[in-house]
Amino acid sequence: MHGLVNRSLQTFLRDTYGTALWVSVAEAAAAPVSGFEAMLSYDDAVTDRLIEAAEVALGKPRDAVLEDLGMFLVSFEPLRRLLRFSGVDYVAFLLSLDELPDRARLAVADIGLPDLSVDAEGPAEFVLTVGPGHPGFRPVFAGILRAMADDFGAFALVDLVDEASIRIDLLEARFAEGRAFDLAAPQRKTATAAGGAA
Amino acid sequence: MRPPRAAVKDAALVGSDALGHLMPMFLWVTPTGLIRAAGPTLAKLCAGGDLVGKRFLDRFVVEKPHPLESMADVQALQGQRILLRLKEGPETPLRGQVQPLDGGQGWLLNLSFGIAVSQAVREHRLTNADFAPTDLTVELLYLTEVKEAVMGELAALNARLRLAHQDAETRALTDALTGLANRRALDRDLARECHLAARGGVGFALVHLDLDYFKAVNDTLGHAAGDHVLAEVASILRQETRQSDTVARVGGDEFVLILRGRPELRDAQAVADRIIRKLERPIDYDGTPCRISASAGICLSSAYPVPDPEQLHSDADEATYAAKRAGRGRAVVAMAAGGPGAGSGSDAAKWIAGAR
Repeated sequence: MHGLVNRSLQTFLRDTYGTALWVSVAEAAAAPVSGFEAMLSYDDAVTDRLIEAAEVALGKPRDAVLEDLGMFLVSFEPLRRLLRFSGVDYVAFLLSLDELPDRARLAVADIGLPDLSVDAEGPAEFVLTVGPGHPGFRPVFAGILRAMADDFGAFALVDLVDEASIRIDLLEARFAEGRAFDLAAPQRKTATAAGGAA
Repeated sequence: MRPPRAAVKDAALVGSDALGHLMPMFLWVTPTGLIRAAGPTLAKLCAGGDLVGKRFLDRFVVEKPHPLESMADVQALQGQRILLRLKEGPETPLRGQVQPLDGGQGWLLNLSFGIAVSQAVREHRLTNADFAPTDLTVELLYLTEVKEAVMGELAALNARLRLAHQDAETRALTDALTGLANRRALDRDLARECHLAARGGVGFALVHLDLDYFKAVNDTLGHAAGDHVLAEVASILRQETRQSDTVARVGGDEFVLILRGRPELRDAQAVADRIIRKLERPIDYDGTPCRISASAGICLSSAYPVPDPEQLHSDADEATYAAKRAGRGRAVVAMAAGGPGAGSGSDAAKWIAGAR
């Protein structure tokens, strides 16, 4: 599994539940307590052990943990910005999800996201089919879609319907004022900002 | 000869609004050089007022492939990539092309930002809606942002790896107890010095130093006392040598020094004598004085036509044993074939003739 995925899990657990929880999960999963390198690759088994250990430590079902991870990812501003590049509103964003794995590959060639295919079943009903790959991606995408609805100010129901798809019912396209998105990147403060984020 | 065109009406097939959606940065310039219509994004760029009705050359400066002074010369630019900029405001650089409209209706220009798009987007506060859906400009912005994030991660990773590498390298070359160099570091340094000396370098002295009576300290006061004494020895060795020398611990109570840039026998002897005198001062351990001394064997690189690390070690070792046999607490100079003569005047140094 790509280090970015493991690092996401690590940052999510540490920032949401505290360092102590992260350390106990990492120890239970025989993962490096000091953390993962975002730009290296790791054995898939480590990721599976991490998810399992988090499930036990948090006392939550696996899908719920991973959906929370998806929502957490969108709260990370650089990633939110990258997602917002895909469309001007939530519907445009949904319809561009087919492109998302390719966009991710533009960023990190070996990221290994599963293929995505979105179908509009009605003007406000969409089904996202997640291709073969790690089963953990589907609930993470569900969390991302839920958080992005908020980001665009849309009101949508996002549900995991079966083993391969996610259903999105758009109740209102502009329910609230969404969060701002400026095409121009915010001005960088210092060259060490990236190091500090790590 | 071009075929005659019957397409006067064709230009009317697309209205300016539709043209604006297809090409948000188009300009329609009349044969007299007035702007007849402009795309919405281009209009947004010229916040200084409506473009329509203004003279094209009052609002834009065409710079490449050659400056355009008059609309009469515009035909020469047809079909080429032209570089231009806004005359007012942030002087945003633009690129584009110009094509004639049928029926003498003037010229159609389609412009874009080119590679300076990030700056233009910032300066003019452009949004997704300012670009045509076919335009990959937004993807270019996305890539720019992604590239910076990934490069930042890689730079941070590199910095961490470099630190870890330095750390591992230091540990691999250091004796954990005393912080002195270890056998590996010594081998590396001695090989380098021999090489340099063989190629005409200044030369160096190699000193083997065995502690005397150290076993007694260990046996009577325990290992903690022994470790304390070794740390004190290391501290004395550091004080009595230069930063550029190598001071290594190569066994329980065995030390080796490479004294660089001091090819004279009397210098090496003086260093060894001073060290031994200092080591003989009682070392306090929890109120108990520990008494040790040392026997040293010295050899000089200059005694060998081509200094060889193994030979030097072996000769210095023999000299050390000679020092022990002679009663300990002294330094002895090894004699190598063709080596320097004895009689430097130091009491502690004795010339062992024919030791080999």
